Amino acid sequence: MTSFSTMSLYALTVKHPSATQDAITGDFMGNQRQQILTANGSRLSIFEVSRRQKGFQEIYSQDVFGIVRRIGKFRLAGGNKDLIVITTDSGRLVTYEYEHEPLQQFKTVHYETFGKSGIRRVVPGEYLAVDPKGRAIMIASAEKNKLVYILTRSGQTDIAISSPLEAHKPQTLVYCLIGLDVGYDNPMFAALELDFSSAETDPTGEAVQELQKELVYYELDLGLNHIVRKWSEPVDRTAHTLFRVPGGQSAPSGVLCCGEDNITYHRIFNNKTQMHRLAIPRREGATEDPNRKRVIVTGTLYMLKGGDFFYLLQTDDGDVFKLNITHDNGTVEKIKIKYFDTLPIATSICILRAGFVYLACESGDRTVYELESLGDDTEDPVFESTQFPVDPTASYAPPFFKPRGLTNLTPVEALPSLNPIMDMEVANLALEDAPQIYTIHGTGGRGTFGTTRNALEVLDLIESPLPANAIGVWTTKMNVEDTEDQIIVLSMASSTLILKIGEDVEQAQHHGFFEESSTLGVQQFGEDCIIQIHPRGIRHIRNLQFEQGDAQGNDPKITNWDSPPHRTIVACAANNRQVAIALSSGQILYFECDSDGSLAMAEDDDITLDSTINCIAIPEVSEGSVRANFMAVGCSDQTVRIYNLHPDVEGNILRSISVQGLSSPPSDLTINYMRDKSPRGYSQFLHIGLRSGVYIRSVLDEMTGEIGDTRRRFLGPEAITFARVTAAGEPAVVAMTSRPWLAYTHPRTSVLQLTPLNYIPFKSAWNFDGSAFKGIICVNANELRIFTFNDLLDNTTYEPIQLRYSPRKFVSYPDQGVFYVIESEHNTIGADIRQMLIDQAHSNGPAKMGTDGEEALTNGHTFGDELDPTKFGYPKAQGQWASCIQIVDPITEKKVVQSLELKDNKSAVSVALAYFESRGENDMYLCVGTVKDLRFTPYQYTSASIQIYKVSPDGRQLEFVHETEVTQPPLALLPFKGKLIAGIGTDLALFDCGMRSLLRKAMQPNAVSTRITGLKTQGSRIVVSDQSQSITYVVHKDQVHPNRLIPFADDTVARHTTCTEMLDYETTVGGDKFGNIWIVRCPAKVSEAADESPDGLNLTQDKAYLAGAPNRLDLVAHYFSNDIPTSIQRTNLISGGERVIFWSGLQGTLGALIPFSSRRQQKMFQQLELQLRGDDKPLSGRDHLAYRSYFTPVKSMIDGDLVERFLVLSRDKRESIVGQLQGNWTSEMVDEAIWNMRGLYAF
Amino acid sequence: MADKLRAQQQLEALQARYIGIGSADTSKHEWTSNMARDSLASYIGHPPLLQYMSIGLGQSREKTRVQLLERMIQPVGPPPKQDD
Repeated sequence: MTSFSTMSLYALTVKHPSATQDAITGDFMGNQRQQILTANGSRLSIFEVSRRQKGFQEIYSQDVFGIVRRIGKFRLAGGNKDLIVITTDSGRLVTYEYEHEPLQQFKTVHYETFGKSGIRRVVPGEYLAVDPKGRAIMIASAEKNKLVYILTRSGQTDIAISSPLEAHKPQTLVYCLIGLDVGYDNPMFAALELDFSSAETDPTGEAVQELQKELVYYELDLGLNHIVRKWSEPVDRTAHTLFRVPGGQSAPSGVLCCGEDNITYHRIFNNKTQMHRLAIPRREGATEDPNRKRVIVTGTLYMLKGGDFFYLLQTDDGDVFKLNITHDNGTVEKIKIKYFDTLPIATSICILRAGFVYLACESGDRTVYELESLGDDTEDPVFESTQFPVDPTASYAPPFFKPRGLTNLTPVEALPSLNPIMDMEVANLALEDAPQIYTIHGTGGRGTFGTTRNALEVLDLIESPLPANAIGVWTTKMNVEDTEDQIIVLSMASSTLILKIGEDVEQAQHHGFFEESSTLGVQQFGEDCIIQIHPRGIRHIRNLQFEQGDAQGNDPKITNWDSPPHRTIVACAANNRQVAIALSSGQILYFECDSDGSLAMAEDDDITLDSTINCIAIPEVSEGSVRANFMAVGCSDQTVRIYNLHPDVEGNILRSISVQGLSSPPSDLTINYMRDKSPRGYSQFLHIGLRSGVYIRSVLDEMTGEIGDTRRRFLGPEAITFARVTAAGEPAVVAMTSRPWLAYTHPRTSVLQLTPLNYIPFKSAWNFDGSAFKGIICVNANELRIFTFNDLLDNTTYEPIQLRYSPRKFVSYPDQGVFYVIESEHNTIGADIRQMLIDQAHSNGPAKMGTDGEEALTNGHTFGDELDPTKFGYPKAQGQWASCIQIVDPITEKKVVQSLELKDNKSAVSVALAYFESRGENDMYLCVGTVKDLRFTPYQYTSASIQIYKVSPDGRQLEFVHETEVTQPPLALLPFKGKLIAGIGTDLALFDCGMRSLLRKAMQPNAVSTRITGLKTQGSRIVVSDQSQSITYVVHKDQVHPNRLIPFADDTVARHTTCTEMLDYETTVGGDKFGNIWIVRCPAKVSEAADESPDGLNLTQDKAYLAGAPNRLDLVAHYFSNDIPTSIQRTNLISGGERVIFWSGLQGTLGALIPFSSRRQQKMFQQLELQLRGDDKPLSGRDHLAYRSYFTPVKSMIDGDLVERFLVLSRDKRESIVGQLQGNWTSEMVDEAIWNMRGLYAF
Repeated sequence: MADKLRAQQQLEALQARYIGIGSADTSKHEWTSNMARDSLASYIGHPPLLQYMSIGLGQSREKTRVQLLERMIQPVGPPPKQDD
């Protein structure tokens, strides 16, 4: 007998993480151009920046299902492309080759197991260094272990890898590891090491002060095939990073060693050059502490043509310096440093030969800059190593510079990144079809409030008013050979307007069109004719021409076909050779193009239906044929019928081939060819739009006319109409309902994608092929618009609002459409002190003028101004806090409407919007928990309090009411039964609002063991999350006095909870700091017993079990996501969709957990996941099951990201996997099931 | 007796190879240092954890990484005095 869990979820990533772990440049495609390889979360992506497109383009991206730690590239002599090497948590060294053709993929080259999986202290992978000539790879762990692999070329194409050589040194920490440039001498590696063995045995604690950091050179002797610790020398104790100095002929070789306020050039061991040292220039300014030392956080070496080189080094303030080494034929004379520009703090800086700089920022958007100059011409001071002593402990005059705006770089493009997401809420405040995702993300001055929607970004090209309201729009060519559209036909309610496209768009004259009626369809017909279908007939216009640059037509020859008396045309469909019209009587008449281009009605054959006809569709004539084979007819009896237009074996046409029943009458039909996964690469699709707003897409077989492989989805509450268009070069369909949607093929997975447009609703659209641009033309009432698409890869749009500090938490006020955001910035000077310092500098200004004369005059005003924090960050000071509360209106004003600065070194730690029963139901109060002088490790503070603000009726003003001091920091607040419940340290307390302070109504001391960080409630139950001890269920008993708060159930595993959400009364989903998502459930009996008695006496009598609550929670599901969940919510994501669990991760991930509704589906997905684990092994070399079970075994979750790999596998592989599934599944059915999981729940 | 010797040798070989394999003589200080170093190495090695801490401390990831590495030198203070 099989037993299975009652819950099963499908874990899907909606938006991949955007936090960059590492980024490098290289020629991975082998096309002599440079690409950027980035590692984000567990994904590897290749980007290209091209000047031609002025932009940034993702070429390929793949999930490796492992925690990527470092990436590197290497190229052996004679190779034509860079290969990729990555270290992950797999305990394996894996190298890849990127193959662009015929199939985009990372092809594994080497796969070397060296240690245990997981990220451990002594398993190498923390550091990765590659010999610049690609002959060896060194990997190291944080402590002790180092391994070297030798790469050699064997044969023409193969690269052989040796077994690893060990260079371990116990009790030694490694701070940095690089490969040295030594030309073609034996490969050398340099490491910054610290041997702490002497401190291990010294009880006095003195030895630890005397430990020395060493710069160690390792030489790999290729002849003897072993590695030797060649040389070591002590360096500055604070040193933490190294940069390689180019070597070889007439270049100095060696390293730059960076530490606190220190950049030192170290020669290679056998070279005679002396050491040279520079101090890192500090910022000048009123708010800057002149004694604060900077460190280098990242940097890059750039080699110019001709052997020159320079470095761009970034400090922890974000200032980028250019460092030059002056050398004479390999002997370094001095090193020079000069301020370059200030950029956001980055993890990697990549300089491209094309003159671009790619910055992978630690927080916020990844940005591409264009190099305007190399910084030689600016007037910033240059500091030379001759100014500074070599010994960093000797005294010297610190160098200063003035930060300024960007001069050497100009931002070109930003890649929107949500990283790091601090909090998220899905809500429909804007009252749209689908809810919006509101996030607060970013740190420092780059804090942002973002609104993310599932929509395609469109580029608005033209917007022009019309004389009257239009109901339909068409564009048409004049001639079959034309490549561009010449005229626009606009249908009004009872007239038609013809516009000629030229230099300008103007009204055409003498064009032959019938203007006194509305129009149903326009089609370029035959060789040089145009037909116009209007309710009373068809007008056939032959050889219409316009004078060059003129809107005067040539009064072309027209032929009219009038509809039979008492009947009008209700629907029509046409292509270049065929026309079909439906009359109000239910009759369909069919015409073909004669040899001279005139209309020839099929006399004998017509169709008469009992029900009214709503719509007809005929596909375009495919190349090489004279007619399209099928016609689709949508009738009001809720059917779509397919008729043949190509004579069958008996020579008959218009025979019914198939009938498709629908759930509602169809409102529009269209047939087109779209790219898909069939062997031919494209198929014919029938798109059906229903009155009920459901969209159906099916494959319409070209030979038989059979309908199959159907996808359906609800798009909006109005009847759907279609327009066939070209979007980003691919055929697509615009579906118009309450808002416009685009049905297109996903560029990477080749499956159907349905995404709403980020655009106004419109009722009619048509494809537009102009000489200047290609796009889509649409009409909305009396406006004509043309727009186009840039890119179909990203199906979300994003609107940012700048915040002041790092946002921490927020709470929404849905009635008024505003959010209250609490923001705080650690180790930053508060606004009050900042202002004081600036004022002081101002008042000192005149005094200074007396002594310094002119200089102070010119500098006076810059001294007083604060640097723009979004670009320069905030002035730092240890232990200080800057914090504020901001009210953000993302709906109407789209900006911050009020900011309240917290003074006195207080920082806001929690926020809740509550109403108090005792103060009337109409008044809302914002409760903010604050802490004064907060410090971590060890956790310290001087005081803590809860501030109460009264919210104005429109929600846009806060008025301070009172502040109540509490014993410990209130890290969690929650409105509860008309009162406020707060987690005060380990205590849980219930407060009511009094006149002067909060009044405590109930209290449970030591409700949890570490610190309460979150609260959620349903009814009388409160779920309390602890910083490190998972969650505790607490019940509130209000029938006794004083009220009781009784913890009755807690968890068995110590989860460092970050966020929780109650799924139902018993079940809670949550995330922890190690990247797990879990669901726990209270046993039914315990849950019932908790609510039984009104006073909770039975609960207080229960004995504590193992020093915890009396009962334990059961684990229902568990999943490792490799990103720290910061917020989790049960919500629906799309209009008409079921509810899913939606979560946001710190690194910018947005994910969904979708419950399976059928056992059969769940079983199929489970088998599919199992098959894929074996047949499509993760690239990282990690076992997929082990990866998703990183800390705790995965339970009741199916990895949708792995399952979706099925969509991109080759046909053979797919078939072989499907063949092994039980339950008669075909490849198409699996495709549909995968599509439904994403399409019907998320996006 | 030979078996015991071999077991002893094997244990020693393992202890040299993998740090943190204890023995009957492991002191509290050794054990706690080892635990703390393992934890610190894990904070450095897991990118999201390092980022989480850096945001809390309001500093760059590189700075946090170096601070954590420095703490690995002597995470729980100097070893206790040996009584001879």
